[in-house]
Amino acid sequence: MKETILLTKHMRENPEDSHLLKSYEKNGGYKGVKKVLKSGTPESVLEEIKSSNIRGRGGAGFPTGVKWGFLAEDQERYLVINADESEPGTFKDRILLERDPHQLIEGMIITCFAANISKAFIYIRGEYAKPARRVQSAVEQAYEKGYLGKNIFGSSMDLDIVVHLGAGAYICGEETALLNSLEGRRGEPRLKPPFFPAVKGLYNKPTLVNNVETISSVPWIMNNSGKDYASLGVEGSTGTRIFSLSGHINNPGNYEIEMGSSFGEFVESLGKGVRNEKSIKAYIPGGASAPWLRGDQLDVKMTIDDVANEGSMLGSGAVVMMDEDTNLLFAAKSLVSFFAHESCGQCTPCREGTTWLENILDRIASGRGRASDIDLLLDVCDNISPGLTWPPKMTTICPLGPSATASIVSLMKDFRSEVEVLLPKKVVVS
Amino acid sequence: MTWENARIDKAKEIIEMYPQKRSALGPLLYLAQDKDGYISDDSIVEISRLIGITEVQVQSVASFYSMYKQEPTGKYLLSVCKSISCEISNSSNVIQKVKEFTNLSNNETDDEGLFTYESVECIGACGGAPAIQVNYETVEGLTPEKAVDLCKWLKEEQPKVVVADELQLKFGGTKSFDWAIEDNTGSSSPVPGFQTYEMQEEI
Repeated sequence: MKETILLTKHMRENPEDSHLLKSYEKNGGYKGVKKVLKSGTPESVLEEIKSSNIRGRGGAGFPTGVKWGFLAEDQERYLVINADESEPGTFKDRILLERDPHQLIEGMIITCFAANISKAFIYIRGEYAKPARRVQSAVEQAYEKGYLGKNIFGSSMDLDIVVHLGAGAYICGEETALLNSLEGRRGEPRLKPPFFPAVKGLYNKPTLVNNVETISSVPWIMNNSGKDYASLGVEGSTGTRIFSLSGHINNPGNYEIEMGSSFGEFVESLGKGVRNEKSIKAYIPGGASAPWLRGDQLDVKMTIDDVANEGSMLGSGAVVMMDEDTNLLFAAKSLVSFFAHESCGQCTPCREGTTWLENILDRIASGRGRASDIDLLLDVCDNISPGLTWPPKMTTICPLGPSATASIVSLMKDFRSEVEVLLPKKVVVS
Repeated sequence: MTWENARIDKAKEIIEMYPQKRSALGPLLYLAQDKDGYISDDSIVEISRLIGITEVQVQSVASFYSMYKQEPTGKYLLSVCKSISCEISNSSNVIQKVKEFTNLSNNETDDEGLFTYESVECIGACGGAPAIQVNYETVEGLTPEKAVDLCKWLKEEQPKVVVADELQLKFGGTKSFDWAIEDNTGSSSPVPGFQTYEMQEEI
């Protein structure tokens, strides 16, 4: 198994200065946008994106062309790049921001041309200070060259980009919470409907919210074609995707591959196998929100649909491998604590439920578990996400609450005995 | 104590970047914390005046986000990651050692105002787990011993600017990916070192 290098080509070939405009341009950068501005139309760009069949790389996997097509007509529209990458296990956008910021900027210009937008924002999580500095420097270089600002590339198009830092809230990766945050409010998700960003987004205006990796793919698609892109990968999961591999792996890192190989091949070939020649007990196929798969499910194919068929999701492309020695109760506790900490507090099932789950797991882990605790955990989960199915049913405005149940349900479904041995036996009164 | 003129000018510059004033609230909170190490009551008054919203609206946003600090923070904010990839890579040992060395519990600051300790959720360094941030500058591939060395070094050297690449070279190990590009930028306070929000030296 080999990587297929599209998005990470420039940074690999020019490792020392891939962040500079002159290096990017010398190696074919900004060629796509020049072509588009000279001879393209918004319709022709949208057509290419649609024919590429690219699906959003943030986690939900929504078809990008369809999303762009939904954008309502208005004098004032916005593009917001979601660089709030905070899903535990995920660090793919970080490399794109740090090492190839101009690819993102070029993708943004093309996107804004297609959607007739003249003001865009890049919302970067506050903890990504160094990536944010790189992106800001790149934006400044682009302004100096006349690639941003008024009449960019000598055309009639204007575009301003503002780099905005978040302040440590995972929930702001949810697009409507991100928009609230960018408006200077608490990062609380908005109700959909009516607040679909494409209709009522930033400042109540139609807004495109797209992930860093999605928009970084746009220049390649325009330099080649939507059809070329669609010929990579498999149907429903076209093109390449950057997977973040972490956990008990010899060679963790970001890998750009065509979707369609199995997790097992991926781990063996690019990840160079499991550390200390151990076997995998369980793994997370798509970030902290995704239900776990078992070590005997490593032959599952890495596509959006295949993982969904197994009752989980490819999500943000974060693959976390846990070997045979992993204490899965502690792993679940870490994940649940994460969601309890990051709950925005708007909806009762999530606000109260995630903290209850955390408290119950804490007492089991410290040897104070009760015989009824497994039932209680599942009951709380069921109140957050009725039926415990995946994709989850929701009692909350956004999917954060239901995501907190994923690891507990996985633990109880496949590794229940690991928890049971820690609990006292049920007393039967005859 | 109200804000000095240079800070107010900077704030106005930031407000100008946005179609609506209130969007500048987040950046202005960083501007406040950059100097004081936390969001002081005076800053809340100042920001509410600059943006034209109520003090309680400013306070409600400031208290929502974990990177805006409600109490004075030390010169070096130590944030050790405890999320899944770090958790299964023994981050608890790093946490324990850093706590022991600094003699601090979660969210505490020492009497000298040198260190603030916190254990935090995912900082996007999963491939280089376990990881720490010092004033939001990332160090990956830590060991408990190296984490203590890092704290000792900060205590002895007390660098004015904390630079991720320098710390990584001295104390880090496996990285999430090749950082490749030489970099000497960093952070000079317990807020993210980001040029747009930074004040000039004389303040």
